[in-house]
Amino acid sequence: MKLIIQETYGQASEWAAKYIRNRIVHFAPGPGRFFTLGLPTGSTPLGCYQKLVEYHKNGDLSFKYVKTFNMDEYVGLPRDHPESYHSFMWNNFFKHIDILAENVHILDGNAADLQAECDAFEDKIKAAGGIELFVGGIGPDGHIAFNEPGSSLVSRTRVKTLAMDTILANARFFDGDLSKVPTMALTVGVGTVMDAREVMILITEAHKAFALYKAIEEGVNHMWTVSAFQQHPKTVFVCDEDATLELKVKTVKYFKGLMLVHNKLVEPLYSMKETEAESSQSKKPYSD
Amino acid sequence: MPSNKSVSDAPIAQFTNCRILRDRRLQREDLWVREGKILNPEKLFFDEKGSADIQLDCKGSIIAPGFIDVQINGGFGVDFSMATDDFKSGIDLVSQKILSHGVTSFCPTLVTSPPSVYHQVLPQISVRNGGAHGAGILGAHLEGPFISKEKKGAHPEHCIRTFEAGAFQDLLATYGSLDCVRIVTLAPEIKRSSEVIRELTKRGICVSLGHSVANLSQAEEAVQHGATFITHLFNAMLPFHHRDPGIVGLLTSDKIPAGRRVFYGMISDGIHTNPAALRIAHRAHPTGKAIPVLGPAVGLAAKLPRRVCLPSSGLVLVTDAIAGMGLAPGRHTLGQQVVEIDGLNTYIAGTKTLSGSVATMDACVRHFLEATGCSVETALEAASLHPAQLLGIEHKKGTLDYDSDADFLMLNDSLYVQATYIAGEEVWRQDVLGM
Repeated sequence: MKLIIQETYGQASEWAAKYIRNRIVHFAPGPGRFFTLGLPTGSTPLGCYQKLVEYHKNGDLSFKYVKTFNMDEYVGLPRDHPESYHSFMWNNFFKHIDILAENVHILDGNAADLQAECDAFEDKIKAAGGIELFVGGIGPDGHIAFNEPGSSLVSRTRVKTLAMDTILANARFFDGDLSKVPTMALTVGVGTVMDAREVMILITEAHKAFALYKAIEEGVNHMWTVSAFQQHPKTVFVCDEDATLELKVKTVKYFKGLMLVHNKLVEPLYSMKETEAESSQSKKPYSD
Repeated sequence: MPSNKSVSDAPIAQFTNCRILRDRRLQREDLWVREGKILNPEKLFFDEKGSADIQLDCKGSIIAPGFIDVQINGGFGVDFSMATDDFKSGIDLVSQKILSHGVTSFCPTLVTSPPSVYHQVLPQISVRNGGAHGAGILGAHLEGPFISKEKKGAHPEHCIRTFEAGAFQDLLATYGSLDCVRIVTLAPEIKRSSEVIRELTKRGICVSLGHSVANLSQAEEAVQHGATFITHLFNAMLPFHHRDPGIVGLLTSDKIPAGRRVFYGMISDGIHTNPAALRIAHRAHPTGKAIPVLGPAVGLAAKLPRRVCLPSSGLVLVTDAIAGMGLAPGRHTLGQQVVEIDGLNTYIAGTKTLSGSVATMDACVRHFLEATGCSVETALEAASLHPAQLLGIEHKKGTLDYDSDADFLMLNDSLYVQATYIAGEEVWRQDVLGM
């Protein structure tokens, strides 16, 4: 695991966006060669999405040959409801970039057969050649996507009933009215995300601090499902200072000490504007 | 990229780099248009997996719904109250010329005239969509002849009538036909007006109060029977009096039937109404529309009305433009009268009685913005959303909501019209030379 600690939310978001940008540019996507990206929703990734949109508007990053797979979607919420994850992704990301609609995959929470919808999603990921980089967040209860405490660490895409904690955390998006918050969701499984070639988890602000502690300093435990990524060969956790509040000073110092090396992953920052001659020079990112 | 749109193969235009008036505010959003209607891009993306065929950079312009003028008596030498041989080409000329003022739909208005004029002119007015040929016609506005002699303004006294004898039948005989009539202005103090108002309202015709000496209770009764508009508030009616506010009192009357709203027209040309009066009207008018107050209703809060009143949601900007609008100063006709234009002022020749205006709709919007200090959104809505709501057509005109008719304007920050679009097609553009 690489733990990237930035001072503020803005800096953490920017580091994450730069990392994603470099990964896509290095991959050199093109016709028939798509970069598959797993995407989260919620307030944590908003800053990262804003930076990615900025890179696109500057001409540095194109999503024309990027395929995306979102982690989850509420069950029973109309797709055009302002709080659906379809709306979130459209308003915060897709409408600002050049991604093609046919390359976007979000679970349909209104499908007639929900489990079939989940199985089809897994098939689509397989058909796309698996996920290059799965970006995710973490809930205050340590969940990844909607894999609530107790979820199997080898689970696949399925229907989940939401934990009370999650419903309470989401209430603020539904006028504070608990009765309006959806109680079920379709979600990728822990196993689904573990299958990705690389995983990046964004964790910011103090209310996620305890979950981060449980995820990386304690053992692998299905009560804190993000801990499963301790067993993934290539994971990056990007966080701000506040999210490290529950970690040992020793842990924080160790990873801050590695920032000189880890920053080589985002500096230099590459752009799709560069000519082929320049990009053929060796710029393989550092990797341990 | 292959076209994989499942709903339609018609070209999709995406207007980018603009601020659009939507949900009551100016927002940095793109405007999508297909087949003459505003398109929902999210639906296009997820349902049809579609994308834009053409992208147009609006260079930071404001995009607002096209203006709707519900009171315009003519312009460019054309007088709608005059039964001429080339009446049709006259109305075509005006409808084409007002595109440059940002008007995409209008109600040609006839002032008090003899029955012969109505019988000849009305059959020549037809409701029709706008386009490159000109602004759309929503129907005629008949201002008179059932008005008060004391508040005739520029209307010819000898043509003023009453319907005391036969009520609605008298009205029908006078006009000949109500087929393309959208609005009728009358004075509610005329006996049997209640019956007439009810009959007109039943036929979907908007009844407006004006050129009247009605007191507040007569006005309120008229509203209860169906009247929903006040013709050029303050002009040609009794002035506000603190013991009998007259028609002006409808702004704050508590006798408006629930769920209904009274709209009021204002000519904000800087002449017809003092800016202070404009501001009083703008600030005084609550809607009666319930906006729920958030939070639990406990204690005293439970006893108070739980709604917030939006200011000025009934204000409708009108030009009341006459034949001389768009022409040089001098003498012109207005129905049976001769009027004299001097700058922005128009008077009955030889008098100081105001008679219509030569203001253009976009100038009225700008003047309203400046005089009241209101937001750009409010000024734009007063010329688009509110007239559409008055006529009950806000589901397709007057907004930039999805599935609405794509009648819109590109304006600069000072609200000068740079381009006019009807059904998604550009029908007028500001020439670089400013002509």
